[in-house]
Amino acid sequence: MKRYLPFVITAAVALATLVSGAMLYRAKRLPALTIPENSAAPGAGGAESGHVRGRSDAPVTIIEFGDFQCPPCANLSEPINQLERDYRSRLRVVFRHFPLGNHLHAREAALASEAADLQGRFWEMHDLLYREQSVWSKAQDVRVLFNAYAGMLGLNIDRFKKDIESEQAKARVESDEQKAVALGVRTTPTIFINNHAVPAALLNPPGLRGSIDAALRAPTPVSSTQ
Amino acid sequence: MNTSRFRIILYTLAAIISLAGLADATYLTVQALTGETLVCGGSPDCFRVLGSSYARLAGIPMAAFGTLAYFGVFSFATFAAFGYTRARAFLTLTVGTMFLVTLWLLYVQTFILHAFCRYCLFSAALVFGLSGIVVLAPSSRRSP
Repeated sequence: MKRYLPFVITAAVALATLVSGAMLYRAKRLPALTIPENSAAPGAGGAESGHVRGRSDAPVTIIEFGDFQCPPCANLSEPINQLERDYRSRLRVVFRHFPLGNHLHAREAALASEAADLQGRFWEMHDLLYREQSVWSKAQDVRVLFNAYAGMLGLNIDRFKKDIESEQAKARVESDEQKAVALGVRTTPTIFINNHAVPAALLNPPGLRGSIDAALRAPTPVSSTQ
Repeated sequence: MNTSRFRIILYTLAAIISLAGLADATYLTVQALTGETLVCGGSPDCFRVLGSSYARLAGIPMAAFGTLAYFGVFSFATFAAFGYTRARAFLTLTVGTMFLVTLWLLYVQTFILHAFCRYCLFSAALVFGLSGIVVLAPSSRRSP
């Protein structure tokens, strides 16, 4: 019996590892989210206008729920811009806020982008915040940096300082957060392509490109609202 | 304590340590397969390490290789504890390889990524422990 004991122990551990790994995989696998067709319903993803770049009749719409302090979101920012340049009129990009609680300055950054939006410069601030993420995310007082960014973008600083505190900016961020929660979004970036969430494993430039191509090849593209 | 008993204790200890490593590596493999390391939810440092290109080899998560390696260590240590002398040679080879890979990964985290993943550091500590055991274990001439 002793002769076979190491074989039995090893086989038991192999089995236990496979079973526990499979159980963990099932528990951790992110749900396949979709934005309901009836996006006019309260709390649905496309009910109100997000920040939009691209033509309204584009066959493919990317909706990103992002957090300006999230490194993976920053990593995807430029690749998404590149996709916009590559696909031109065939792609529309929508951004929505989902600042995570564990990111100290994420909400403030979202408000800064909304304050920039009130002067018509949301996307410029969006790109700048992602590009400079490693700088401001470690800063003690981010307001100083955000004011400097507003200056770089040629915004009216006094108005920017007032707008970042405004109820309008806060309401916009909160509205996006409510939409995210209603859709079951838990992490960032969560990206929908034509209302279907892109699996986390495909959240990279080739994965997104493949998903867009698949959406373009789809026989009847799902009409996506903002 | 005689040499044989000392050897059994050391290999049993190695098997137990490798079980902890197996759990750690399995967890990281699942994280990589579900794409959890590619989204925010954990610490930024975790993403910098586990979401980097160094966390995969030919598209396969490094953690998956770690899972296989720890399972190998567990198996060889178990067989070595039961007196299989050849298992000791395989154990030494596996742990030696893991030691070198761990040094490389620590170098990457320290000097290239400038970020540390706590699961990776835990695994590194386990590998150093296993290396110590392999060095300490007396040689055996007995075969089953």
